[in-house]
Amino acid sequence: MRTIGAGAVSASLTGAAMVAESKPGPPEKILDATDTVKLKLNINGVNYAVLVEPRWTLLFVLREAIGLTGTKEGCGRGECGACTVLIDDIPRYACMTLAVEAEGRRITTIEGLMTGEELGPVQKAFLEEDAFQCGYCTPGQVMAVEGLLRKTPEPSMDEIRTGVSGNLCRCGAYHHIFRAARKAAIRKTR
Amino acid sequence: MAEDGTIYYTNGLPVPDTPAPGEEPEFWKETDVVGKRTPRVDAYERVSGTAVYPSDIKLPNMIYGAILRCPHAHAKVKKVDAGRAEKMPGVRALITGDSPEAGGLKWKYRGYSGPLFDAHCRFEGEVVAAVAADTPYQAWDAVHAIDVEYDVLPHVVDHNLALTGKAPEVHDQGNLAGTDEYERGDVAGGFAEADVVLEQNYETGCQLHTPMELHGCVADWEGDRLTIWESSQGVYAVQSVLSGILGMPLSKVRVIGHYMGGGFGSKLWPGKYTVLAALMAKQAARPVKMILTREETFLCVGNRPPNTMRLKAGVKKDGTLTAFDFECIGPSGAYPGGGTEIVDWLVRDLYQCDNVRCLSRDVYIHAGTARPFRAPGHPQGSWALEQMMDDLAEKIGMDPIELRLKNIPSISQGRGIPYTRTGLKDCIERGAERFGWKDAVKRAREQNRSGSHIKRGVGMGACLWIVGGGGPPSTVVIKLFRDGSVNLNMGASDIGTGTKTIMAMVAAEELGVKPDVIQIEHADTGTTQYATPSGGSKTVPTEAPAVRNAAIDVKRQIIQMAAEDLGAPAVDLDYEGSEIVSMKDKSKRIQVTDVSGLKKRGVVIGVGYRGPNPKNKSVNPFAAQFCELEVNTKTGEMKILRFLGAHDSGRVMNRLTYDNQVFGGIVMGIGFGMTEFRQLDANQTGKLCNRNWHDYKLPTALDVPVDMESLPIEIDDPEANNTGAKGLGEPVTIPTASAIANALYMATGIRFTKAPVHPMEMRRRLSAGKEG
Repeated sequence: MRTIGAGAVSASLTGAAMVAESKPGPPEKILDATDTVKLKLNINGVNYAVLVEPRWTLLFVLREAIGLTGTKEGCGRGECGACTVLIDDIPRYACMTLAVEAEGRRITTIEGLMTGEELGPVQKAFLEEDAFQCGYCTPGQVMAVEGLLRKTPEPSMDEIRTGVSGNLCRCGAYHHIFRAARKAAIRKTR
Repeated sequence: MAEDGTIYYTNGLPVPDTPAPGEEPEFWKETDVVGKRTPRVDAYERVSGTAVYPSDIKLPNMIYGAILRCPHAHAKVKKVDAGRAEKMPGVRALITGDSPEAGGLKWKYRGYSGPLFDAHCRFEGEVVAAVAADTPYQAWDAVHAIDVEYDVLPHVVDHNLALTGKAPEVHDQGNLAGTDEYERGDVAGGFAEADVVLEQNYETGCQLHTPMELHGCVADWEGDRLTIWESSQGVYAVQSVLSGILGMPLSKVRVIGHYMGGGFGSKLWPGKYTVLAALMAKQAARPVKMILTREETFLCVGNRPPNTMRLKAGVKKDGTLTAFDFECIGPSGAYPGGGTEIVDWLVRDLYQCDNVRCLSRDVYIHAGTARPFRAPGHPQGSWALEQMMDDLAEKIGMDPIELRLKNIPSISQGRGIPYTRTGLKDCIERGAERFGWKDAVKRAREQNRSGSHIKRGVGMGACLWIVGGGGPPSTVVIKLFRDGSVNLNMGASDIGTGTKTIMAMVAAEELGVKPDVIQIEHADTGTTQYATPSGGSKTVPTEAPAVRNAAIDVKRQIIQMAAEDLGAPAVDLDYEGSEIVSMKDKSKRIQVTDVSGLKKRGVVIGVGYRGPNPKNKSVNPFAAQFCELEVNTKTGEMKILRFLGAHDSGRVMNRLTYDNQVFGGIVMGIGFGMTEFRQLDANQTGKLCNRNWHDYKLPTALDVPVDMESLPIEIDDPEANNTGAKGLGEPVTIPTASAIANALYMATGIRFTKAPVHPMEMRRRLSAGKEG
């Protein structure tokens, strides 16, 4: 498990995370794949106690165990970014992060950008600029932009493009995504 | 074709009529809501993560399905041993070809009918067995524990070899799936008249849809009633297919598809996975969630077939096109899928030419069956035709834009009837002007003379789309509540094009309310009206006129009620915003919400139907796209600097989502032209080599230009339908790749006849010299 853990962390970096710095994670425990383990996850400021198999991804636990289905699965293997969440403010692919690796970290999902029923600034910019079509990659795109802006509050257009380059959009809404990212950056810094 | 009702998006489906709508309303002269930049009515749900897609459904007691697929391009299943798998932890249902549940069930697609579990596997990815378990992890553990003995057989996966007589036969009747021949005029005579005759071979790669949401469904039984949540472009298509296969009444198969994460044609039809989910849900008496893996979506849920084409064309010195001779071969895949479907349509219809001959041969190969893919056939045909047009222009010393403008047809030659309107000329002319074509050409030529290894090119391509006018059937129900809020009920899916928003805007326009007071119920066979699947760029021109008629039906009833309140005859009354006003005495007016009939009844229900299309006229959208790019001749890297899409899709219904479609179509066209191709291991295994997004490259944010412009060419088309809107979603991706190819030619002097042109191909051709 030790090698899987380290590999998954490095491979789970999204485009925006490549712009940001990667911090070393906590020491990894060696676990048996058939056991279930008790885990405490801090998601959007709320503590969840869950029983997981060590092979379960953070994505699977978020969606199927806890029911936070805003985070989407597009490929399950670190290619598309639909599952992007923030771990300690850095965008990461939840499909490439084992749930057990996420213990003790601050996990933020699309649901965590809301204030009650109110959209966060990045979400609002996506709404206004029509920065999506089918909407399935959208939570991941929003999280990539959110992570980018937490690290780089006033990004250049190149930084925006790199920041969402780990997030595929098959509908091709990139142009509007760039606009939304810029709008959100201006709003957030004002 | 469109006329006989068998266009691809309804191929194989029974399509009912709708009643005539009665008198159609007048064409809008001015609009208050329609056309404006309006954020989507469901944007909140989509950006907040609260939208529930089929893959988000979680039901009590739900289990997860996984499918064992044949790993060989061609094999016969000798034996399936699921003994070990059945006993594995968490396994609740298991089905193979030997299971009683599967007995006698037939899979149907586009006229083909065969066993659900076919022991003769004709492509890598054919279904062999399926499991449902408490978690997807356990389901996959069990799939891996099923032992299958295969007889591996020889394969053919190269469509160019399918008809050579040396290839193994995919079906007993041979590898020819179908032939389509077309001829008009005197082709030999046309070539004799020409001053210049050119002939060229072209090839396009196989493009895979890979929508972001995986194909899949959730199936749940309550007694003898089945509910399916399917990621689908058409819930009624899923219902029709499922009820047919399972032998169930339509009323007992409810299909729901409120949100769906992209389809591009690959979700017009359910999959075998849908049937397997239903069967295992029955077996386990528990709901089954069956979401395919990404790899499966590369193998078995459709593709845009690769095409090998030959085009011969003749032109006079003055630019008159004298003849086209077009030939095309392409693979349906293992089963009928439309391997060459409408690839030749642009040759037949786009430019004025009296003498045209087309021959298309659709073949079977041992690979996944094709499905319609955004503007089937057209980007391929465009790749050949638009490059040929540029070559002809060069040979006769004419600007490529001028040559195209010289050959604008006055009628649809492919159908022999007029277009209701054609914006082809305006798209090319106004697009070129806005793009700054002449200056851009000059700039590119100067840079290329300068000796820099960075070469520049500009290119363009024009197109039309074979359909895009929509048509019946469509029924829409609008409810106006006593507080002035509105419920709009329609069966159509919103596949990400903004259908719901446009329908809310149409209803708001007529009823004098804001779009955000309108609640939309859609895409549910249990609660909404019949609709054909959202495909063919026909959803807006099909549904919007019916929405308008439904709103007008509501208004008619409200006016009758207001007549009593105002003491004025109904014929004198009309709507002004959200008030009813007497046209004879403007002081007589009443707010809709004050109308006592509405207050008393609480709701007024209006029904609207889609009227027929004009007789003997063709309704088509048109477009021209322009691009400027640079080629690094040292590395082979290409950089698209800018793109402009000039589109005539009739009335612009929502400028915000309209532009988004244009940009999105261009992005997908960039993929078709520069990054995407399916690589099959033709010589050894026949297996797919690039079965994920690492190896099969979609355009990312770094592959598309920041400088993109959408220029609507808005031409009133009152004959098309009562809103004047025509399809947009498909034309936007047709000429993109050919515009890129033409720009690459200007930059490098090399004709890239094989798509896609990726940096390796560019380097190869640069090294091989200009004859390569």
